[in-house]
Parts: sequence; C-alpha cells; structure tokens
Amino acid sequence: MAGLSDLYQEILLEHNSKPHNFKKVEEANQTADGYNPLCGDQITLYLKVMDGLIEDVGFQGTGCAISRASASMMTQSIKGQSVEKAQEIFGAFHHMITEPGAELDLDTLGDLETLSGVNEYPTRIKCAILAWHTMKAALSGESEVTTE
Amino acid sequence: MTTTFDINKIREDFPILKQVVNGNPLVYLDNGATSQKPQSVIDAIVNYYTTTNSNVHRGVHTMSQQATDSYEGARAKIRQFINAGDDKEIIYTRNTTEGINLVAHSYGRQNVGPGDDIIVSNMEHHSNIVPWQMLCEEKGANLRVVPIDDTGEMVMDEYEKMLSSRTKLVSITHVSNALGTILPAAQIAAMAHAHGAPVLLDGAQAVPHMPVDMKELDCDFYVFSGHKLFGPTGIGILYGKAEYLEAMPPFLGGGEMIKSVTFERTIYNDLPYKFEGGTPDIAGAIGLGAAIDYVANLGFDRITAHEEELLRYGTEALSSIDGLRIIGTAEHKAGILSFVMDKAHPHDIGTILDEQGIAVRTGHHCAQPVMARFQIPATARASLAFYNTKEDIDALVKGIDRVLEVFS
Repeated sequence: MAGLSDLYQEILLEHNSKPHNFKKVEEANQTADGYNPLCGDQITLYLKVMDGLIEDVGFQGTGCAISRASASMMTQSIKGQSVEKAQEIFGAFHHMITEPGAELDLDTLGDLETLSGVNEYPTRIKCAILAWHTMKAALSGESEVTTE
Repeated sequence: MTTTFDINKIREDFPILKQVVNGNPLVYLDNGATSQKPQSVIDAIVNYYTTTNSNVHRGVHTMSQQATDSYEGARAKIRQFINAGDDKEIIYTRNTTEGINLVAHSYGRQNVGPGDDIIVSNMEHHSNIVPWQMLCEEKGANLRVVPIDDTGEMVMDEYEKMLSSRTKLVSITHVSNALGTILPAAQIAAMAHAHGAPVLLDGAQAVPHMPVDMKELDCDFYVFSGHKLFGPTGIGILYGKAEYLEAMPPFLGGGEMIKSVTFERTIYNDLPYKFEGGTPDIAGAIGLGAAIDYVANLGFDRITAHEEELLRYGTEALSSIDGLRIIGTAEHKAGILSFVMDKAHPHDIGTILDEQGIAVRTGHHCAQPVMARFQIPATARASLAFYNTKEDIDALVKGIDRVLEVFS
C-alpha cells in the first residue's frame, strides 16, 4: 500500500482534520465559489487583497480530505504573499499535480510538496486543484469556477 | 432451468470478474452504475458482427433478413420479459435517459400546457428531473416534487394531495438509484389513474433485480437501460401503452420511421418504428436479447432470494461499523448500500477501496436532490448484482477497516 500512504500523508490528514484559515474573512474584497460537479465538493474562498498583497485569506465549504487539505495548505502558502507570488505558487502547484514525474520547484512549493502523490491518482487531481482554481478565479475577478 | 444457484458457476460466466485491480482480485460493487456482461452476451455481439452484420428492415439480401430476424427476435424477448401486450409497445432507445426525453418531447409537448402539473419524487435521478424541468419551462407548467421521509420512502399522503385534474403526468422511479428504495409502483400508478394522469416509471434500477410486469404495474410508460441489465451500453427500452404511443408524434425524424416521404407530405411508420428513426444499435439489441435470456434462465425467484440475503448480510455488516451510517433504510430495498462515514469523505473512501480492488461509486449518484434531502454532499454506494457473494461484502468491510485506519 505504498501508494495510499504516499497519498494520505500525515500532514495531509492533519490539515483535513484541523484545516487552517477555515473561516469567512469579513473584510474580503475578492471572493469566489468553486465546485467539483463530479463529487459535489464546494469551496468558497475569501481573499483580502490590498495594494497587491494578500493580507488575509479564508475558506469554507465541504469536500474530501484531499480537497480540504489542499485548500488549507494553499491558504497558508499564499497568506501575506503578493498576488504575483501567489500566481507563481499556483503555477508550481499545477505543474506538480498535473505532470507526473515533473521536476518540482521545491523552493516555491514548500510543504505543498506533500500533495505530489496526488498526481498518481488521475481521479483525484480535480480534488486537489479545486481550491487553486478558485483562488485564480477570485484574483481575476470571477465569482464562480467549476473543475469539469 | 437449473435448480440450484451455483454462484461459482455463475461467476465463471462473467469473464471480467477474473480481473485483478491494483494487485487485488476485482470486487465489483458498482452494478448500479453499470453491470458486467456474461460471455453469452459478448458472444452474441461478436457473432452478430462476425456472421450477420447488415442493416435491418432494408435489404432483400439474406444477411439483412437474418439481422432483422435477430433484432426483432430480441424485441419479442424484451416484450415477454416485462410482460407487455405487444411487440409494437417496445421501443428501442439508447438508454433510460433517452426514453424519458422521448416521452417528454413527444407526449409532453403535445399534452402539457400552462398551469399543468408534472409530478416527480424527491429521489429521482437527474434524468427524471431535468427533461421535465425543460418541458415545464417551455410550457409554463409546474414541476411538483413528492417528499421522502428519513428512511427514503416516498410520502404517499403528500403524493395523494398533489394529484389533481391539473396533473398531466406522474414520472417516478421504480427503485431509487441512490437509496435502493423499492417504490409501490402499482399503487402510484393506480392513484394517478384515478385522476386521469398517465404514469412513467423509471425502471433502470429495478429490472436487474426483480421481475417487472407491465400488466400488473399498469403503468403507461416504463423505461430502462440495457447496460444495467447485463447487456451492452447504447441500448435501452421504452415501453409505452399502444394507445399513448399511437397518439404521440414522432421523436426523431429520418429513415426507418417513415412509410413514404414526398416534399409535400410524409407518412409516418407504424409502431414501434415510428419512434426508431435512423439505423438502430442492432448489435446492442441482440446483446440485450442475450442478456435477457441469461437472466430468464437464472430466474428471478432465485436472483431475488440471493440478492435479498446479500443485502441483509451487507446491511448488518455495515451497520456494525462505528461511525458509519447507511443512507436509505426503507423496508423494501433492492441492491443498494449507500453510506457515509463520520471520519472519511466518500471520495476518500472510494480511493482507499479502489486501492484494494473494490469498485464502488462515490458522489451524488446523479441525484443531488436526494443528497440535499439528507443534508450530505455525497455517499459511497455499494450496489449488488446476482454474481456478488458474501465474500465480496466481507472484502468491503475489510476495505472500510483500512479507511478507518487511514483516518484514525
């Protein structure tokens, strides 16, 4: 079961049971909803962006362990970062999740590397990427996104 | 007909059950999504393409006649299988969805008007919701939804209250795909008829598990898919009472469905061909005929007895797992064990089971209003067929133990 323990690593399970920034951000000025129609996962992402800086971030919603942990870790990695940097992290994450065997940008990814096992599970990639597409939508002023 | 239910021999008939998935022998518990096919069905399709492939109702040549005979022979088997009165009441479609859409377009557009009601239940598959929503939107009619209770039974008193002279159609599932509930279909039909409304039954999840008898049910339309009945994908059946089908306009215009065509006037073909425009899925129909032969040979008395025992065994086993809740606990159920767990989301359950070769469905099962009713985003669903065994259930329980380990 090497595959399973690669997928459900301890850090991921911790983020699932105790997600970070699992809250509504009252002063959010950029929010978006993300849906995964395949499994019914739903996330609302709240961003407070001031002068190109993500000052606060939170999320709410329902989803599997992978989508929840991915959202939790994403909020940790982008909080306090510039919008530009958040886009860069998105790129590195997207690359890691969708391209098996790709070289990882570990400097940019940090702890997010924990989620790399997902790329061996094509049916779960959408779970991991949902929060990220929702962030991208929120940053570009779209209010809704689905991962079809 | 054999007299014993030799499960090992039956499993031998299904070559796919020997597959190894992720290093483990396949435990196939996703029959509600699609069932596996016996060798006889696979052979019938191969044999058709190897020896008789020709278009039907067209040529004078020998193979065309053979293809037509096999295709129409399958129709007769299907008529007998559901105890319909006449072959012309058996319309080939692609699947259940197409059957419902055919009735919505053809019967619905002709008979439903502003202020009329169409009644469905809260536990319909999306395919028995969306076509009616589209029709209601077009016609200014109302879609009325009969509530279900906490066990997953339709609330019959509410249904009775909803029926009126405005009711133009009642379209209800025979067996719920998300919950397994067997609905009192004959009673539902009789109550609608008392108000002059015809009834469509969605039999997709019923026909693999129990005998269905058009005369006993006395429904006006009955739809199902071949692929859930151990036949191929791409072929389905719409049964309709001749009096309705005769009065309905065609669905798809084209070849096969006409008697004669001029630019001034087209005369439509007789039933059932009026509703079968275009070259049909000939191999699919023949494959479905072979599937019905297989099921009829096993016999529903034995299939039902075996599956009821499996369901009882599975219900007991899953109920004893801490933190697991079965969704759908109606008294009469067929083939479905839908469940949620406190600690693990259905999607994670599905992945961990898959790693052990166990195939279940996870998600909303194309029945989002059912999920909303039970205030859950999704379930994991193990769905049974007659070739499943108690060992399959044991494997599922062991698989769930592994889920609990990961999410301890």
